[in-house]
Parts: sequence; structure tokens; C-alpha cells
Amino acid sequence: MSTTSDQTTISTPPKPAFRLSMLLYDQRYRSITIQVFFLFMLMLGAAWLIDNTVNNLRALGKDFSFAFLNNPAGYDINQRPIEYNSQMTHGRAALVGFLNTIILAVLACILATVLGVIAGVLRLSNNWIVGRLMTVYVEVFRNIPTLLWIIIFGAIMTEAMPAPSAFRGDTPAASMLFNDSVAITNRGVYVPSIEFARDLGTLTIGPVSPDISWLLVFAIIAVGIVANKKLIDHATAVQNATGVRPKTWWKSILILLGPIVVYFIALGAHLEYPELRGFNFAGGTHMRNSLIAMWLGLGIYTGAFVAENVRSGILAISRGQSEAAFALGLQPGKTMRLIILPQALRVIIPPLISQYLNITKNTSLGLAVGYMDLRSTLGGITINQTGRELEGMLLMMLIYLAISLTISGAMNVYNSRVKLKER
Amino acid sequence: MSDVHAQTVAYVRDTMLPEQSPPLTEKGAIKWLRENLFSGWFNTVLTLLSLLVIWYTLAAIGPWLLNSVWNAGSLSECRRILDGTSGACFAVINDRWHQLLFGFYPPALYWRPVLALVLLFVALAPVLFFALPRKMLIFSGLYPFVAYHLLWGGSVWLPISAVLGFVAGYVAFRLLSRISALVAVFGAVLAPVLWWIFAAGAFDSTMSSILPLGLDFVRSDRFGGFLISLVIGVTGISLSLPIGILLALGRQSDMVFVKSVCVIFIEFIRGVPLITLLFTASLLLNYFLPPGTSFDLILRVIIMVTLFASAYMAEVIRGGLAALPKGQYEAADALGLDYWKAQRLIIMPQALKISIPGIVNTFIGLFKDTTLVVFIGLLDPVGLSNAIRASTDWNGIYWELFIFIGALFFIFCFGISRYSMYLERKLKTDHK
Repeated sequence: MSTTSDQTTISTPPKPAFRLSMLLYDQRYRSITIQVFFLFMLMLGAAWLIDNTVNNLRALGKDFSFAFLNNPAGYDINQRPIEYNSQMTHGRAALVGFLNTIILAVLACILATVLGVIAGVLRLSNNWIVGRLMTVYVEVFRNIPTLLWIIIFGAIMTEAMPAPSAFRGDTPAASMLFNDSVAITNRGVYVPSIEFARDLGTLTIGPVSPDISWLLVFAIIAVGIVANKKLIDHATAVQNATGVRPKTWWKSILILLGPIVVYFIALGAHLEYPELRGFNFAGGTHMRNSLIAMWLGLGIYTGAFVAENVRSGILAISRGQSEAAFALGLQPGKTMRLIILPQALRVIIPPLISQYLNITKNTSLGLAVGYMDLRSTLGGITINQTGRELEGMLLMMLIYLAISLTISGAMNVYNSRVKLKER
Repeated sequence: MSDVHAQTVAYVRDTMLPEQSPPLTEKGAIKWLRENLFSGWFNTVLTLLSLLVIWYTLAAIGPWLLNSVWNAGSLSECRRILDGTSGACFAVINDRWHQLLFGFYPPALYWRPVLALVLLFVALAPVLFFALPRKMLIFSGLYPFVAYHLLWGGSVWLPISAVLGFVAGYVAFRLLSRISALVAVFGAVLAPVLWWIFAAGAFDSTMSSILPLGLDFVRSDRFGGFLISLVIGVTGISLSLPIGILLALGRQSDMVFVKSVCVIFIEFIRGVPLITLLFTASLLLNYFLPPGTSFDLILRVIIMVTLFASAYMAEVIRGGLAALPKGQYEAADALGLDYWKAQRLIIMPQALKISIPGIVNTFIGLFKDTTLVVFIGLLDPVGLSNAIRASTDWNGIYWELFIFIGALFFIFCFGISRYSMYLERKLKTDHK
């Protein structure tokens, strides 16, 4: 006992008194010095910036307030997912722009994913010509700026497509696609829209008033997906208990599609086709050139990046995995579904989501073709009309930041769920 | 002897048959075609579809490209030469060649950007290829000042006084490192700042009055075309790597305050589109600076683009740092290396090597993003294509300009990505 205590006393050095020079030389205190210095410089810089801003605003006779959002906007927006006219407020205009941003981002993400998965898989195909073609697609689109692609697609839409008048007459110069249902003109693309014979009216939630019929459609689809998941979980439980997996595919189809079909029939859903009336097409859904150009530009451009992600994800799975699966006697289809894909997806999904993030941020290029997104409404016309650059830019940055943080938050949740559980 | 084999059967061949060539379908082009293009019904369909796509593309673009006009003064003249047939009018490239490359830079001074570009390659060479003598790196370090002077001109003493700031920092570091490494770092930061704020202006004006040397000054609004893309791109690329490394290290740091500032900065920059930052540079910077300061738009854009790219770079390098086994850090500690030595000698060389693909992707992204400056009124190639179309001579010309601009960007970006592949192969040290 006494020896150990002796040793302790010997090996514990005497605690030296704190000296000022230790702030520089002693590793324990040096980080405090550095941080205090850093903090001091940072606060000095921030104070300088804020002081300048306050002085500048005072010199210009401006205050810092977001009251301009309640003033009438006085400008029109050509693509309105919700009710809007020029008498409504700047805040409302910003909301319309925000919704346009989201619409474009979702459309472009879907297109990029579809194209990217196809191109990524085909690039690995042993078909020489297809592989080369996909390589050309990926390299050409990846190495030329998005902005140029958006402008090119915009020019294709306005310059190379026929005018609505070309569809007129007995021998028209242009004709509609898909059995007279889709018209591609230089004023935009007209596609059939789904209309309900019996309308359920609209629901007012705060600033937006969505159509109840459509809300119900989404609700039914969501319920169907949840019910289908329950069904599959049940099948898995049965399989675990008995070793026999009950057949579920027809039940799944019934649960997913049945209610929605019944609902559509009950409300008398039908397609409304675009028709040439006067100088332009009427009826159906009009997708403007700006939307089409942005959609194709962002979707095809980002698709090239997604293709690379998919390819590297598949290549990242070592051959041993599929060989092991074959050794277990799994068929190629099941090998893909049960062994390769779950592992490849873990590699593919994180960069895929950051591509979605890029698409969302790149929607701000809409100005190039006149797409009225958040940048063009709040960050463009509103700022120019009200002269509130500081507030407008700040608000816009915060909104973009919120979107980005939401998406990357979703990515973090996914990452932590699929993380390799190591011992 | 009837049991001898040769006597019991009628005929025995005692020489080998010559090897036969494989059947026609199993060799040469036919075998290749069967294996690579028609190995099943699905592949056959894919092949035929691809051929169809290629055929349609060629049929649509081929004749138009082949029948192109290269010498004409305007689009109407082009159409007269084409005489009703379809054909590209690349004469616009010929006609506006200088504008697309240099913007509105004074024609008599074109030699300056060209010389700057040539010197850029000289400065890049020792950085890119390790076989070259290391002494050339001195020129690489001086190149930014040389290039600035060549491009913008003005008094030669301005860039020299800027260089002297760095010299002052180095001298301060050398002198103070005898006292303490930390003091030396503070000194190395403070000395150039003090020099630039208090002494550089006086040095510049006195030297200019004693010995007025310099080139004609060219205002920033004369810059345009690929010159502007290259200036912004190259500056952004070369500055974003060091800043990105510092940010990544800051994010990994144990110092809570430094770490949180780095995290907030990186996440903020990555969360907003570049275009909002560019608008901040063009609209809001006047609010943040003392009244009456105005500084060059190109410089503001360069700062914003650099900050933007460095946030992405920081994340890429953080990935590389995270991929490094912990044993490397511990080994560096065990050798008794201090933080910066460990970073410089052990950690960074490996982390950077791992992150080469990501770094190069960020570079390429930055170079492509330089096109966004068109939104704040700088005439980069995309902006010039609009300006050219607005002139009466070339009103209505689209595809030729787009093809030219796209091709130039493609060459640059593709070249960078190929170089990165070369670098990866060269630096690969693991077992093959």
C-alpha cells in the first residue's frame, strides 16, 4: 500500500503555477488564446459590417422592415399554381414563386433520376454501342454549363418548334402527338389534363386554397401505400413464422390502384384534350416554354451526374457479393434485388440526394428563360420595385437555406438508418 | 504380333492434324458483333435503337454542319451564300472571334491577355507535372501579380507593393518564430495587413512619382468573353483550394468556437444558390462597406465565387480526412510532430490524394458556374451570345454560337477531368 502511494506521489508532477507565458507555450492554454484572438477579430469584423450597414441605410433614408411584403405587388406572374393577380401582395407573389421553384425542382428531380438510372445502368452494359452512346451523353452534358443547356433548350422551344398556326388547315405543317393529345408549339407544350365532372369545391388553408378533389386523390394514394406496407410486413411475418411467403402481388395492386380507380369513376374523371381555338391552343394543361426549358435543361444535365453516381454505386459492390449469392443458390433476379441493390443503394442515395439539392439550387437560373421562380419574383421584380435589396435577399437566402437544410436533414436521417452496423 | 494396335485397325494416323481456324461466326468482326451488339434479343433491340438515334442525329445535324458558311459579314449574307439550302453559319464565330475571346478589351492590347495565358501554362506546369524543376514554383508564386499587371495594367508598383506585403509577412514569420510558433503565425498575418493598410499606398505613389513604369490601365468593364471566364475560374480555383483546406481543418478542430464558425459558414454557403451570392456581391456589398467605397465588380465576383467554391472544397477535403485511418494521426503524434507538421507531412498528402476526384469536380463546377456572372451584367461568353444576337447583323443566330461556347467549355472541363485521372493513376501507391 505504502509503495504504491509513494509511486503515485513520485510520478505525479507538481502542478505548476499559472504563468502568463503559458497562454503562448502551453498546449492546454494555447487553444484558448487562439480562440479568443479569433473571436475578437470576428466580432471586430461583424461590428464593422453592421456599423457600415446601419450608416448606409440611414444615409439612404431606409429602414429595415419586411412591411413591403404586405404591399400590392403590381406585377403579373405567368405560371400560377395558386390564385394570384397583380393586386395581391408581394408576399403572395413570393409564395407563388416559391411554389414554382418547388414544382420545377420536383419535375427535374424525377427526370434526372429516371435518365440517370437508365444511363448509369446502360453505361455498364456489355453492349458496346449503347455503352459508348451513354458515355457521350454523360460527358457532353457534364462538361457544359447548365446555364448554356437551359438557354439551348429555351431556344429549341421558341425557335425550332412550330407556331400554333402550323397546326391549322387540311394539310397542316405540324401535327399533334399521341393521337391528337399533345401539342408541342413555340408557345409551350399542351398536354391533356384530368378534370372532374363532379367538383368537391376548394378548401382554404391560410394563404392557399387547394382543390378538395385533388387533396383526396393524394390522401387515397397515401393510405394505399401505408396499407400496402402493412400487407407486405404481414407477408414477411408469415414467411418468418412458416417459411412460406403468401402471394401478395394481386392484393398489392388492388390496394394501391383499386380505391383510386373507384374514386375517379365516382367523380366522373375524364381527360380534357387541348384544342386549337383561334390563334392558340385551349384546354388541357399548358406547360410554358420557360418551364419546359428549365425542366429539360436541369433534368438532362443532372441526369448525367446521377448516371455517374449509379454507375459507381453498382461498381462499388465487389464481385464476391454476387458470387456469394449465387453460391447460396439465389437466382439472378433475387441476387439483384436482395443482395446487390440494397448495398448499391447505400452508395448511390447520398450523392443522389445532393444532386437533388443541386437541382433545387439551380432552379434559381430560371431568370435566363423567364421562369417565374422565387429568384425572379421575390429576388427579382419585388426587389426592383420596392428597393428593399437587403430584406429581399435575406429572406430569399433564408428560404433557400431552409429548403437545403430540409433536404440534407432527410439525407442525414437516411444515412444513419442505412449505416453499416459494425461490431 | 497381332495385338499391336497398328495391325488390328485398318488405319492409324500418326501425325497431328493442323489446327483449324475457328468457324466464321466465332472470330473477328462477326464474333465481336455477336458478343457485343447482338448477344440476345434485348441487346439487339438496344443496338438497333442506338443506331436509330445515331442515324437521326446525324441526319438532322450532319448536312447542316457540312454545308456551313465560314466567311460572311452578317446572317443575311450567310443566307444569300447558302441560297435556300440548310446550313450552319459559323461565319459569326469568324466575325466575332475577338469579341468572344476578349470581350471589349482594347484590340491593340490583345497581346497582354494572350501573354498572360501563355505564362499561366508556364506557371501551372511545375504544379501539374512533378518532373519539372522545383525552382519554377517561384514563378508560379509570382504569377498572380504578373497576370494582374498584364490584364489590368496600371502602375507596375501596385502589384510589387502587394508582393512586398507577403515578403513582410515572411520576414515577420522568420524573425518571430525564434520567440514562439504561435506569435510567428500572428506576426505573419498582421505584418502584411499592416503593410497593405498603412505603407503600400504611400510606397506605390512615391515609387510611381520617382519611376513611372506601367502598362495602359484597362477598366474591368472592358473585360468579357472567355477572358472573364478564365480570370474568374482560374483565380477561384487557385484560391478555393487553400481556403477549403483551412475550412476543413477548422471544421475538424477541437476548438469549439473555430469549429462552429466553420460549420455555419460552410453550411450557409452550401445552402444558398451561387446566384444569390452573386447578387449580394452586386447589390448588397455597397451596404456592407463604408460609404463611398466602390470596388471592382469582377473582384467582388471573384471573392464570392471563391468563397462559394471553398465551402464545397472544404466538404470534399473533410471527406478525404475522414477516410484516413486513425492510425495515421496517431502515428504522426507518436513521431512527435506538431499539428501543422503532421498535417503537412502526413495527413494532407494522403487526404488530398483521396479527394482528388472530388476536388477536380469542384474545380469543373466552379469553371462552369462562371457563366452565372451573366446575371449581374458581366459579358461572359453566354452574355456575349445575347449581345451578338442583339446586333442587326447577327439577329436570329442561335445554334452556331451555342455550339462554339459549349465546345470551348467542353474542351476545358474534359481536359481537367482527364488530367485528374492521370494524376490519380500517378499518385496511386497501393498494391495493384
